[in-house]
Amino acid sequence: MSDWPILSTITFLPLVGAAFILLARGDEETIARNARQVALWTSVVTFGLSLLLLAFFDVTTASFQYVEQVPWIEGFNIGYHLGVDGISVFFLVLTTFLIPICVLASWTSIQHRVREFMVAFLVMETLVIGVFSSLDFIMFYIFFEGMLIPMYLIIGIWGGARRVYSAFKFFLYTLVGSVLFLIAILYMYLETGTTDIPTIMAHNFAPEVQTWLWLALFASFAVKVPMWPFHTWLPDAHVEAPTAGSVILAGVLLKMGGYGFLRFSLPMLPEASDFFTPLIFSLSIIAIIYTSLVALMQQDMKKLIAYSSVAHMGIVTIGLFTFNQQGIEGGIIQMLSHGVVSAALFLCVGVVYDRMHTREISAYGGLVHRMPIYAVVFLVITLASVGLPGTSGFVGEMLVFVGAFQANTWVAMLALTGIILGAAYMLWLYRRVIFGELTKENLKNITDLNWREIAIFVPLVGLALFMGIYPKPFLMVLHVSVENLLSQIAIASDMGVGTALASATPETVLDLLK
Amino acid sequence: MTEFTAPDYVVALPEIFLAGASVILLMVGVFLGNRSTLLITWASAAAMAAALVMVLSIDGETSFTFGGLYIADTFGTFMKALVLIGAAVTLLLGIGYYRREGMNRFEFPILILFATLGMMMMISANDLISLYIGLEMQSLSLYIVAAFRRDSVRSSEAGLKYFVLGALSSGLLLYGSSMVYGFSGGTGFEQIGLAFANTAGTDGPAIGLLIGLVFVAAALAFKVSAVPFHMWTPDVYEGAPTPVTAFFSAAPKIAAMALLLRVFMGPFVEAFDQWQQIIIFVSIASMALGAFAAIGQSNIKRLLAYSSIGHVGYALVGLAAGTEEGVRGVLIYLAIYMVMTVGAFGCVLAMRQRGQMVEKIDDLAGLSRTNPPLALAFAIFMFSMAGIPPLAGFFGKLYVFLAAVQEGLIGLAVIGVLASVVGAYYYIRIVKVMYFDKPGEPFDRPVGTELRVIIGVSAIITAFFFAYPAPVLSGAAAAARALLH
Repeated sequence: MSDWPILSTITFLPLVGAAFILLARGDEETIARNARQVALWTSVVTFGLSLLLLAFFDVTTASFQYVEQVPWIEGFNIGYHLGVDGISVFFLVLTTFLIPICVLASWTSIQHRVREFMVAFLVMETLVIGVFSSLDFIMFYIFFEGMLIPMYLIIGIWGGARRVYSAFKFFLYTLVGSVLFLIAILYMYLETGTTDIPTIMAHNFAPEVQTWLWLALFASFAVKVPMWPFHTWLPDAHVEAPTAGSVILAGVLLKMGGYGFLRFSLPMLPEASDFFTPLIFSLSIIAIIYTSLVALMQQDMKKLIAYSSVAHMGIVTIGLFTFNQQGIEGGIIQMLSHGVVSAALFLCVGVVYDRMHTREISAYGGLVHRMPIYAVVFLVITLASVGLPGTSGFVGEMLVFVGAFQANTWVAMLALTGIILGAAYMLWLYRRVIFGELTKENLKNITDLNWREIAIFVPLVGLALFMGIYPKPFLMVLHVSVENLLSQIAIASDMGVGTALASATPETVLDLLK
Repeated sequence: MTEFTAPDYVVALPEIFLAGASVILLMVGVFLGNRSTLLITWASAAAMAAALVMVLSIDGETSFTFGGLYIADTFGTFMKALVLIGAAVTLLLGIGYYRREGMNRFEFPILILFATLGMMMMISANDLISLYIGLEMQSLSLYIVAAFRRDSVRSSEAGLKYFVLGALSSGLLLYGSSMVYGFSGGTGFEQIGLAFANTAGTDGPAIGLLIGLVFVAAALAFKVSAVPFHMWTPDVYEGAPTPVTAFFSAAPKIAAMALLLRVFMGPFVEAFDQWQQIIIFVSIASMALGAFAAIGQSNIKRLLAYSSIGHVGYALVGLAAGTEEGVRGVLIYLAIYMVMTVGAFGCVLAMRQRGQMVEKIDDLAGLSRTNPPLALAFAIFMFSMAGIPPLAGFFGKLYVFLAAVQEGLIGLAVIGVLASVVGAYYYIRIVKVMYFDKPGEPFDRPVGTELRVIIGVSAIITAFFFAYPAPVLSGAAAAARALLH
């Protein structure tokens, strides 16, 4: 097991699949069929391999596992360095888990330029996996930003009516944040002489430097997460993207922001993270309450779910910045849960959109009479999104709130209102779409889920319930890594470098900023 | 009176060879007439390839000849290699064009050869006199090729505009040089460097030296088309025949940047504190103008002109750092820029509908349906110019910004990356036109073998630069080291 570069295999296998698809010859129909098959099997095999990562994962150590390290850019100390720990391994598996589902979901709904679609998707899979497995800053950045290219094309080519606008907005918004992050990377590289992430984690940056670096990182991750008020690209991008694109945006891409906070901001810049916690808390609470209210008023199903994503990610960021075990683990579980649940929600919308070609809530109603299986699936997913005990949403939110109560009671109190609002908009959505009398003429012939769609939803629903009922395997893997993260933060604060910021008042910070 | 010794001709062998080859080819052309154009084009490219081999085979030691007027070093080797590759490739890029568009005249490749010779002289100049001779040799050839389509109003206008403004900048350069000469007492770079160094203890170099420096800086900024001396660029790029535009943006720009580096990091390096602010301003202005002015363009050649102004701004970020790392960044940037720009102009040359060249961005509509490989290549160049990883353009920006951050020029770096986001808008707009819009009229096929090969090779280099960057990086590092020591 030890010599085989399993992480590289997982990372670049989708690229091999994409190359195969590009080589396909024949008429359009044949190419499309081959492209779908190759994409599906490549992503399924990738998922299978990534399960091996979990199977052989050593839960007793916080150090990086399956490490591969070779020099890449000689003379610059930039290396090809891959590895996962308890935190990143789940995001990696979540990605490989969702991609086959996305491919299946696009089986019939993508009818033109199937080859290009599947190529773009597989390229994106490589880039996203790369983000979660890189242990070198430059590599991470290449994957992190390179992902804009396929996503831009996916939204722009296969998206809805306002796809061009949304694609531009998505691209430029994300780019603005990322380029500032790049400057921060360069600064860290020059100070430490390496781009190796574990080495930089062990480095202590001076407090005043930390503030600036933290803000640069924040610019990137806050856009990605997205935090209020940097979220405005998200409703556009999610609504206009094709179903599979929305699934991957909500399921995985948003997690890159949270992962960025976890992997970089917290361990590398602990004093600044501590200092900016009130900022994160305030923005998160605004996000939770404000976007939940906005979600209540939406007429478009995808837009509603998009806004709910912002609210849920607000809970995540609160969890991550509580600086205690429950909060951080809760934040991670909430991200994983949201990855599964929001993906499933977008797929639910995709199911009816494929049939009726509208996402207007008012165009539906009474679907339970014609689509009982769909109604059940949608119900379970809705409840998971609301955070009902027994579903994955509950575990994450519960832990976050336990953590938040320890950190700040008011934050926890205010954030909790998000749960109530969340229940309101989700259940109301469910009621308007599924329940009631089936009065609309064109809905009278709507068909229930077919086998392909059931195959899509079974793993998602199963996972949402499994995480809710028996979350221990997940927490077990996370535990040591999160403990290690907390001890890193604690050590850095004890070193005394943080005293200036820890005892900082607004006035002294203003002085520092000058 | 020292004894006369014959100069060491071997050091300048590439230039001597190229000069001889151009004269011989000129004679061939005169006797055979225009039917020999294709032959001469290939022969010129072969001569440049041979010169490239000679350049690369000269060992790395710095040596002087012609009484110190001429310097051959690793820096020169790197830049000459870039110029020769850029010139040869863009010469071949236009073969189909010359035949179709009534440019089938044997003088054209010869003029390109002369211009290339001038550029190599510029790169190897170690004296204000040889600098000026090289520069003028290049410029005069370029004025003619810009106006090469005599019967086209736009081309003639481009040539005339280029000539008038170019002559003005040459005047500035001469004036600046005379000031520098007057206050330093010599034209050799070594002596000028000493004149600047001798004032280290006092309150800065003599005012005359500084005035001279500013004039030289302005003239060179004109040659690299940096803001605020960029006005000629969009008009000349748009008006000149497309292969000429490709040549302009690849070879002379690189040669002029080499000259800028040679002069500012050489004799003027002691006045770093004085010229750094000029370079920072020029750099910021170029990046910003390149980014904002390109947004409104509808002509692809004009857009690429503004884009090249922006690229000069990014390259100058490295010079503003004023360190070996900075120079290295500039060199890496130029190498990558040359590949991208050659490829992008190759794509523009493939834009032909019903036998006519078209150059509006809207003509690219739906190219991904009508000609997927071309659209893919063009998209790679556009994303790369926007600096999106993992494409080559990202690495170019990475190294110049690295040097800037290292020298504490964080403000400059932040402005630079933000300008690159604005720039990204118009690059991805081209991708949008090709990929998102409904197909328009398809382009003529076939596009020509040379063109296909050149576009393909540049696209592959641009896309997979990350896999094996070592040759360019180490070459640039060695060249930067040679320039500073």
